[in-house]
Amino acid sequence: MNFYNEMYDANGGVREHYKGYEAWLTATPPERIERKRAEADLAFHRVGITFAVYGEEAGKERLIPFDIVPRIIPSKEWKSLERGMRQRVKALNMFLWDIYHDQEILKAGKIPAEQVLNNAQYRAVMHGVDVPGGVYAHIAGVDIVRAGEGEFYVLEDNLRVPSGVSYMLEDRKMMMRLFPELFARHKVAPVQHYPDMLLEKLRAVAPQGITDPTVVVLTPGAYNSAYFEHSFLAQQMGVELVEGRDLFVKNETVYMRTTQGPQRVDVIYRRIDDDFMDPLAFRADSALGVPGILKAYQAGNVTLSNAIGTGVADDKSIYPYVPDMIRFYLDEAPILNNVPTYMCRKKDDLAYVLDHLSELVVKEVHGAGGYGMLVGPASTKEQIEHFRHLLIAKPEGYIAQPTLALSNCPTFVEEGIAPRHLDLRPFVLSSGKCVDMVPGGLTRVALTKGSLVVNSSQGGGTKDTWVLED
Amino acid sequence: MLSRTADHLFWMSRYIERAENLARLLDVTWQMSLVPQSEEAANQSWAAIIALNSLEEAYAAKYSAVNGENVLRFMVSDHDNYASIHSCLRLARENAHAVRGTLTTEMWETMNATWLEAREKSFEQIVNAGIGDYCEWVKLRSSLSRGTTLGTLLQDEAFHFIRLGTLLERADNTARILDVKYHVLRPHGDEGATDFYQWGALLRSLSGFEVYRKVYRDVITPERVADLLILHSDMPRSLRFCLNGVVKNIELVANSHSGETLRRAGQLYSQLRYGRIEDILKEGLHEWLTDFMDCIYLIGDGISKDFLVPMSEAA
Repeated sequence: MNFYNEMYDANGGVREHYKGYEAWLTATPPERIERKRAEADLAFHRVGITFAVYGEEAGKERLIPFDIVPRIIPSKEWKSLERGMRQRVKALNMFLWDIYHDQEILKAGKIPAEQVLNNAQYRAVMHGVDVPGGVYAHIAGVDIVRAGEGEFYVLEDNLRVPSGVSYMLEDRKMMMRLFPELFARHKVAPVQHYPDMLLEKLRAVAPQGITDPTVVVLTPGAYNSAYFEHSFLAQQMGVELVEGRDLFVKNETVYMRTTQGPQRVDVIYRRIDDDFMDPLAFRADSALGVPGILKAYQAGNVTLSNAIGTGVADDKSIYPYVPDMIRFYLDEAPILNNVPTYMCRKKDDLAYVLDHLSELVVKEVHGAGGYGMLVGPASTKEQIEHFRHLLIAKPEGYIAQPTLALSNCPTFVEEGIAPRHLDLRPFVLSSGKCVDMVPGGLTRVALTKGSLVVNSSQGGGTKDTWVLED
Repeated sequence: MLSRTADHLFWMSRYIERAENLARLLDVTWQMSLVPQSEEAANQSWAAIIALNSLEEAYAAKYSAVNGENVLRFMVSDHDNYASIHSCLRLARENAHAVRGTLTTEMWETMNATWLEAREKSFEQIVNAGIGDYCEWVKLRSSLSRGTTLGTLLQDEAFHFIRLGTLLERADNTARILDVKYHVLRPHGDEGATDFYQWGALLRSLSGFEVYRKVYRDVITPERVADLLILHSDMPRSLRFCLNGVVKNIELVANSHSGETLRRAGQLYSQLRYGRIEDILKEGLHEWLTDFMDCIYLIGDGISKDFLVPMSEAA
């Protein structure tokens, strides 16, 4: 397979937007780079930018490897991506409003009704609830990959509790600290205003009549894999970081316990899954949530961000219909491509998938984080046969996609600088009519040679992402 | 501020202060053990450290003989001993981690780096490099924590709860050190050379040796040592100084049900503010200090109930 290299063209020439960086890299003594890499490692440890890995020793914290070669996106390409994401997230929010209200898209037959209404992520309790501004996914993390010149695909739309934005911000801070001279030479679009943008969006979706809302970040606690990010965002926005036990509901209103007594909470940026939000409404065994919070939410006395029930729109079984949503709600042609997807619940699709397992990527419909997937070309016979059994046993639980020729980018690895595959997760913020994002996003890179799985839980690293201004 | 946040801040500062005072005590006991003396007398000083922390049972469960090496191992780096320096630094960092967003970057990095360094040090490495060096290191890290707090943190509620934790813990620790040492020393209270070193070491463990010289410009006597460590208004580790700060900080965070806790603290402070060392010694220093430590416990309990996560609910 031929892969698109972000830095070099097919003839080995340096692409226009990488020329400045490449010249610097060639001119900089390797010892200096080595020293800076060690410095970065030490700094990340000291700052404690770590994440917990599930399945390893409890409480163990690991660093996400940071690579010092930035991923550079020319402004022209970014502008088109940005338009595409605006369009996509707008349509997804309209879809969510629609399926929890009049269900026009189902009536029009664009999406099979049972695919939506019988979906485990569809929350009947949300039916008829009017969320402020009609926005469900205030924060969306859209995963994008490049397969060639100007050829971008959306891999998935993360509309529940997308994470990673703190790495985007810390990577930038680290690059500026290590290599200030690079920023003097390049016009890199800034990203550090993300927390302000987020706070502005959260304040804008406060319950009606609240002019000076109290915003909080709700975390599952210090042992959650993304705890660093929760605490980072709360600090950057200057709001309280709360756990479920800090909140309580009285008269359908949410309060937090403070040193000065109860204080009302208006907007909750929650980093807890739907299932754990309210033991009275969802999983009764959840100790992370707040009993009665759903009632307060339905009564319109508190805004949850993201809304309850967004999972139905980023589910892999709904993903194939996103281009149809864009056409249906916006009457526009989709700007970003979807990856062609085989839905194994369909008989013909399943037959095709079973015949081509060694070429395809198979994913669990409800899976996330790179767990429970098969990358056909990189798998052993046993792994493929294992998935064949899974598919036959429960076809509706899986989708399959062609293995994309993910672009790669030079990356520091043990044997020196070598190309590694990457993706891009921009963070798209919505409130009412307004959809915004900071230029770039989080670039994740698969550090294992040939690997196409970039998730940090699977040994992926990150890079600073530069959108170059003209 | 969230009650839970205040709780973590309060305990973060208590644990780091506790680690520092323990380092001071171990350091001075170690130095004193170098002065020629009978083995029995030396081991008595080590036993006192265990008694001071009410750890006799936990100690006996792991070690048979009470001697310098065992006590140091137990109090410096024993992971099972919740009161060891190692455990205090871990707990301080855990509390800091839970509220890292409330701390300034400098504070968090200081606490985190302290723990990262601490967990790398085995007892053998510590002994090889010298117990004194290790104790200096602990004191320095505690000073850094305090310094970054004073130098970078907004002086709002978070700051007041941190100060409350520091001062309450220090009052308790100073009282304990004084209680134990005073009674080890007092029965042989002649003006012998050993006693000079012993009293000097006690003062040093509380950074009081130079202060003593400055304040009294005279020979060291037990009464004056007690006077300095209990009643002096400006000596930063004296009980009076600590209680003064405790009262001030409770006033700064007061809420509608903290009146009784403030009253209790104020009453204790006024005993120190207007008391005389002669009267305290006449009552019996040990009895007086025991009452004092009970009072400190009640104030801590009151702070928990009024502002923080009540101890019964704490996980």
